[in-house]
Amino acid sequence: MSLHTLTVCQLRDKIRTGEVSSREATQSLLNRIASVDGKVKAYNWLNADNALAQADAAKKGGVLAGVPVAIKDVINVDGQPCTCASKILQGYVAPYDATVIRKLREAGAILVGRTNMDEFAMGSSTENSSWGTTCNPWDLTRIPGGSSGGSAAAVAADEAFAALGSDTGGSIRQPAALCGCVGLKPTYGRVSRYGLVAFASSLDQIGSFTKDVRDAALLLSVISGHDPMDSTSVPRPVPDYVAALERGVKGLRIGLPKEYFIPGMDREVEAAVRAAIAKLVSLGAEVVEISLPHTDYAVAVYYLIATAEASANLARFDGVRYGARVKGEDVIDTYGKTRGSGFGPEVKRRIILGTYALSAGYYDAYYLRAQKVRTLIRQDFEKAFAKCDVIVTPTTPEVAFKAGEKSGDPLKMYLSDIFTISVNLAGNCGVSIPCGFAHKLPIGLQIIGKAFDEETVLRTAYAYEQATAWHKERPVL
Amino acid sequence: MEYEAVIGLEVHVQLKTQSKMFCGCATAFGAEPNTLVCPVCLGYPGVLPVMNEEAVRKTILSGLMLGCEIARFSKWDRKNYFYPDMPKNYQISQYDLPLCIGGAVAIPGKKLGITRIHLEEDVAKSFHYETTSGVDFNRAGTPLMEIVSEPDMRTTEEAFAYLTALKEVLIGGGVSDCDMEKGQLRCDANVSVRPVGQKAFGEKIEIKNMNSISGVRRALAYEIQRQIAAAKRGEKMVQETRRWDDEAGVTSVMRTKEHAHDYRYFPEPDLMPVVVSEAWLAEIRSAVPELPEAKRKRFVEQYGLPEYDAEVLVADAAVAAYYEQAAAGSKNPKAISNWVMTELLGKFADNKIAPLQLAELVAAIDGGQISGKMAKDVFAEMFATGKGATVIIKEKGLVQVSDAGALEVLAEQAIAANPKSVADYRAGNASAINFLKGQVMKLSKGKANPQLVGEILARKLQA
Repeated sequence: MSLHTLTVCQLRDKIRTGEVSSREATQSLLNRIASVDGKVKAYNWLNADNALAQADAAKKGGVLAGVPVAIKDVINVDGQPCTCASKILQGYVAPYDATVIRKLREAGAILVGRTNMDEFAMGSSTENSSWGTTCNPWDLTRIPGGSSGGSAAAVAADEAFAALGSDTGGSIRQPAALCGCVGLKPTYGRVSRYGLVAFASSLDQIGSFTKDVRDAALLLSVISGHDPMDSTSVPRPVPDYVAALERGVKGLRIGLPKEYFIPGMDREVEAAVRAAIAKLVSLGAEVVEISLPHTDYAVAVYYLIATAEASANLARFDGVRYGARVKGEDVIDTYGKTRGSGFGPEVKRRIILGTYALSAGYYDAYYLRAQKVRTLIRQDFEKAFAKCDVIVTPTTPEVAFKAGEKSGDPLKMYLSDIFTISVNLAGNCGVSIPCGFAHKLPIGLQIIGKAFDEETVLRTAYAYEQATAWHKERPVL
Repeated sequence: MEYEAVIGLEVHVQLKTQSKMFCGCATAFGAEPNTLVCPVCLGYPGVLPVMNEEAVRKTILSGLMLGCEIARFSKWDRKNYFYPDMPKNYQISQYDLPLCIGGAVAIPGKKLGITRIHLEEDVAKSFHYETTSGVDFNRAGTPLMEIVSEPDMRTTEEAFAYLTALKEVLIGGGVSDCDMEKGQLRCDANVSVRPVGQKAFGEKIEIKNMNSISGVRRALAYEIQRQIAAAKRGEKMVQETRRWDDEAGVTSVMRTKEHAHDYRYFPEPDLMPVVVSEAWLAEIRSAVPELPEAKRKRFVEQYGLPEYDAEVLVADAAVAAYYEQAAAGSKNPKAISNWVMTELLGKFADNKIAPLQLAELVAAIDGGQISGKMAKDVFAEMFATGKGATVIIKEKGLVQVSDAGALEVLAEQAIAANPKSVADYRAGNASAINFLKGQVMKLSKGKANPQLVGEILARKLQA
């Protein structure tokens, strides 16, 4: 068995007992990347010498001692590039560590490389990367999902033991579903955002891609917690997420929102999700029908709030202090030329949308109205969680689509996040786990939890995973 | 037709805090460019702001000193516009829920209303060279308090008085040093004119770039005259922003209303709202210092000082505190005031005299131990060395001669040696006695009690 196929927990235990060294594991991973990443194209940046040097110096005894982890190219790692897959940050090298990176280092992890993504995390297919599209390891003609497509593809293709991503409207759960791995979006405020390049500050959250649920629980234990550098991180103790996995689902109330089983859905996807629910029931869970009545407005609300925040967040990329600069006649011209050539079309579209939504005379009708509906969506979840402990839905209405299939139609692309977006608007946590295949492509099961109730989400996912073998399936590359 | 001006002021004040508004960088003036910076105040990708609680406290303290209502719930907003001195191309400010609402600044005979006080972050400083420009981000992120007045001022003098009184309050509260030279206090004005008796306001013109209090004074005087002249010609004003050119002494158009910015304010998602608890408010309230106006009144009543003395002493909080300590140990507070005002003001920083030592010096004069003239020398030595008055008097053997017998002998000597002055005096020239007095002082090596010498001479010459 090759080392690169191990899970984080398996590898960590082997390093602990001295059976393998961090260098051997890192080298095995680098070999795997060298052999398959030419096809998958999950990584934006990799430095073998740097990774091996980290492996040799890795702190002993940490929870992740010696384990290589891949990082989405949107999270700052001191000394490594952080391009957000955008030409405007070409050449930019991060001068500091994000808080999650500091925590990973303290746990002994190796920061092996930067994974591809949609530019500034805007997209659902990784086709919006300035550095080229990542391919779905299950079918190289298809997209891996997005925006964290590189992280999802890397884990699915055994090019990473685990990876970090960010989820603003589904950017972890959707690619995890389409690539067949475990993608966890923690509750807003659970994980520090310090060092995550902001797309939409009130929605962004860092989370993980792993090969199984136990690894997801382990990583969450490492990266969670209050951070004085992030005022929106919540001062709550971090539970032992791994220890909570074994509690089972007996008596657990599973909410099924009627709005999430829609007519246009892929039948095989729906069948797989219904089978997964039946499996959970057979394990002792109960099903409760619930309603999330404002679901239909979620995509519209999301594209007003996220773009409004993005229009301000991305204003700093002006060529004055860092990143690419295209000199113009004067400062205004320099702004125009730098941003004009630095940003891709989807980023420009969203900046313009957001600027418009905040403009005098439109603010009340768009941004303010969207915030009010967001409150209603949050209340939907609060009411629903009075009746159930977790909500189970498909992660996406369909499996991975062909590259280029939706890139010409933004609205169609936006709808691929229809089941994940509400969770960000409400601030809750959610995970996507493999629950079968349709047309030989992975299907994702989404388990949504109450705010700060990752323990219940993870134990539900773990119970299902223990009773099935979908997570052990690997693409042939 | 007679016209009057309507003036409102927007004053920006840098708060005196150790660190910046949203990061841990030091706030200091005059450091090497771009040395007091970090990823946060440079607006690097991925950074987040963390609120400086001390800046909020100082803003609330300012609000309490100015009689504002303190918002129990206030929030941060992003103000969006592009400029090279703005690291994020948005400024974190407060839009619709500022920390302080209402209040007033008291000037002699009038209260000038305050609309609101809010807190924001300062921008960087641009430098323009022949072909390029540079930006120093040391200032970027310094806590900046904006105080917006009501349009309550009618003359340049009132605006000047408003600024002076406001500065006094803020300096007195330790909120800011308000040094305009260092950019710690900056002021924009809104000016319009209207016929006297008319209720409605005229179109307001905003004036920017006034970099000193005298600049504000001159700019307002110019602008009011300009607008009145235009009104008399029958011209209508249009809302616009004008820039004051201090060298030329004129204002000129910067931007018209059509080109006004749309700042697209929206709530800052990276920061939590500011909730001011009753306990915190009470704690800040207990730290509100006595306001200058109240202090002046108290100085007049408590120490029997003239209004002028009270004003001079209260103008500097440190001087006022020094005065109070000295006066507390003295039976002659007015004499203390004279010494402080004439000898200490202006070189207060180098002073080595403890307040009670000054009281001791005044007591020595009042008790007749030393003359006023001697006291000046004693003071100079005290100022330089920090030694006590009694010690110096003893060391120098300066004790005044008040022994009538000894003085009579010296007076006899002076009379005998200066018959001409004696004759002049007796012929009716009263001032001739001063020469004789001087001679006695000389003979005593300056130690004679001048008052006593005068009495003895007068008695002897009349005989």
